[in-house]
Amino acid sequence: MRHLLSTADLTRTQALRILDTAEEMTGVSAREVKKLPTLRGRTVVNLFFEDSTRTRVSFEAAAKRLSADVVNFSAKGSSVSKGESLKDTVQTLDAMGADAIVIRHGSSGAPAQLAASDWSEAAVVNAGDGTHEHPTQALLDALTLRRDWHAAHYGEASSPRGTDLTGMRVLIVGDVLHSRVARSNIWLLTTLGATVSLVAPGTLLPVGVESWPVTVHYSFDQALAAGPDAVIMLRVQAERMGGSFFPNAAEYARRWGLTEERLAVVNQLRLAETEAPALILHPGPMNRGVEISAAAADSAQSRITEQVTNGVSVRMAVLHLLLTGSRGHHDDDRSSL
Amino acid sequence: MSEPNAAAESSQVMSAADIDRALTRIAHEIVEAQRGTHGLIILGIPRRGAPLAHRLGANLARIDADFTPDDAVGALDITMYRDDLGSGGARTPEPTDLPQAGIDGATVVLVDDVLFSGRTVRAALDALSDLGRPAAVRLAVLVDRGHRQLPVRADHVGKNLPTSREERVFVQLAGVDDVATEDEAVMITR
Repeated sequence: MRHLLSTADLTRTQALRILDTAEEMTGVSAREVKKLPTLRGRTVVNLFFEDSTRTRVSFEAAAKRLSADVVNFSAKGSSVSKGESLKDTVQTLDAMGADAIVIRHGSSGAPAQLAASDWSEAAVVNAGDGTHEHPTQALLDALTLRRDWHAAHYGEASSPRGTDLTGMRVLIVGDVLHSRVARSNIWLLTTLGATVSLVAPGTLLPVGVESWPVTVHYSFDQALAAGPDAVIMLRVQAERMGGSFFPNAAEYARRWGLTEERLAVVNQLRLAETEAPALILHPGPMNRGVEISAAAADSAQSRITEQVTNGVSVRMAVLHLLLTGSRGHHDDDRSSL
Repeated sequence: MSEPNAAAESSQVMSAADIDRALTRIAHEIVEAQRGTHGLIILGIPRRGAPLAHRLGANLARIDADFTPDDAVGALDITMYRDDLGSGGARTPEPTDLPQAGIDGATVVLVDDVLFSGRTVRAALDALSDLGRPAAVRLAVLVDRGHRQLPVRADHVGKNLPTSREERVFVQLAGVDDVATEDEAVMITR
């Protein structure tokens, strides 16, 4: 693996490798010395053309825990506002010696274009491109789901290493049309053996959704009646909505939000046939009172803060796997030492 | 390392019984050197070192009833501390599993299957120092094949095996390696 551009082209083996590595990275955050020397002397550039707090901070924390040097670049207040092209920006950063470029861009496909170009030798990590993909968010969602799914079936004591999400039923709710998180999750969770359903207003479903490996519902209540194991609430992306996709926020909350009434239904759901409760996820930042009620966000079933913690572990795993392997090598042996 | 192939000549250097006897002797040596098992922690280096540490722990419990393997045997992964990251393939870290009480002030015995360049042990010492401050660190290996590249020496050795640099030595353990039905140490000459 040279770049991480999308979850659609991750194999099950590659996905599990990232999750298993992330599982071991979690232990580092609990140690006295919260740092590993692994990427000492390497430089990771965070190249953010779109606003982001949590993803950028998460990548920065991950790189620093692996002892890499971090350069943050945001388009606001940079030469980009003077009209510099992506190519020139990247070549400038490459000349400074970047080993990895973590890129967020408003245009779908910008990371892929960068990876395919000869502008830079650096490994490219997609941190969200337009309405295309956000692979590390899907990986951290999968890590969060897998830990509870495994613990419910095999107990807290055993490690979820090597296991997938076979049999899990995940419901993704809300603005699928604009959501790169939804797309990345659909491909990854399906690859890991889960069954994904969507529920969204007809106006917020993309053209061509019928060709995706999902079941589409048009009523949240009917979708909940089917008894999903986990509910992923999507953010209403006001900044991407030029047109009117739904009447107003109150109407959206009533029909598509995880309200207190619907939380009472989710409370009754269990992980498959186990005693463990079903899970609530949200990629953040939340619009409390719109797509998710405060009660649901703060409930015992919510995994929203765990998602943030797991995000650092997943990004450490991705940076480790992309930056420490020599190209085209997949020898996993250490007895040559 | 590649699996044994038809062109290479492989010979068994330790049988299952040899490995068993070596681990029993090493357990006795450790008890003798430490004058008991008080404050003793056994940490295996994944992958082969981890199961070897557990077998060693079981032997120690047989020798000294005060030794409780559940509180004193663990695993120490060194993947993130290697000095050859970036030249080999990307590696998936294995679990690090430390005894509940931590390693501060303990005598830690590191366990690995084959001692060769000494670089794994160097990485393990770095990893240990990020996790605590043991009173002393010792090293036990099943096979010492020589060719050190660093000033590292094992305190307890199952078998000293003279090798040439081109030869390969590896330990297969039943229950760890899919191909192994019985424990053995094998040397491969090309």
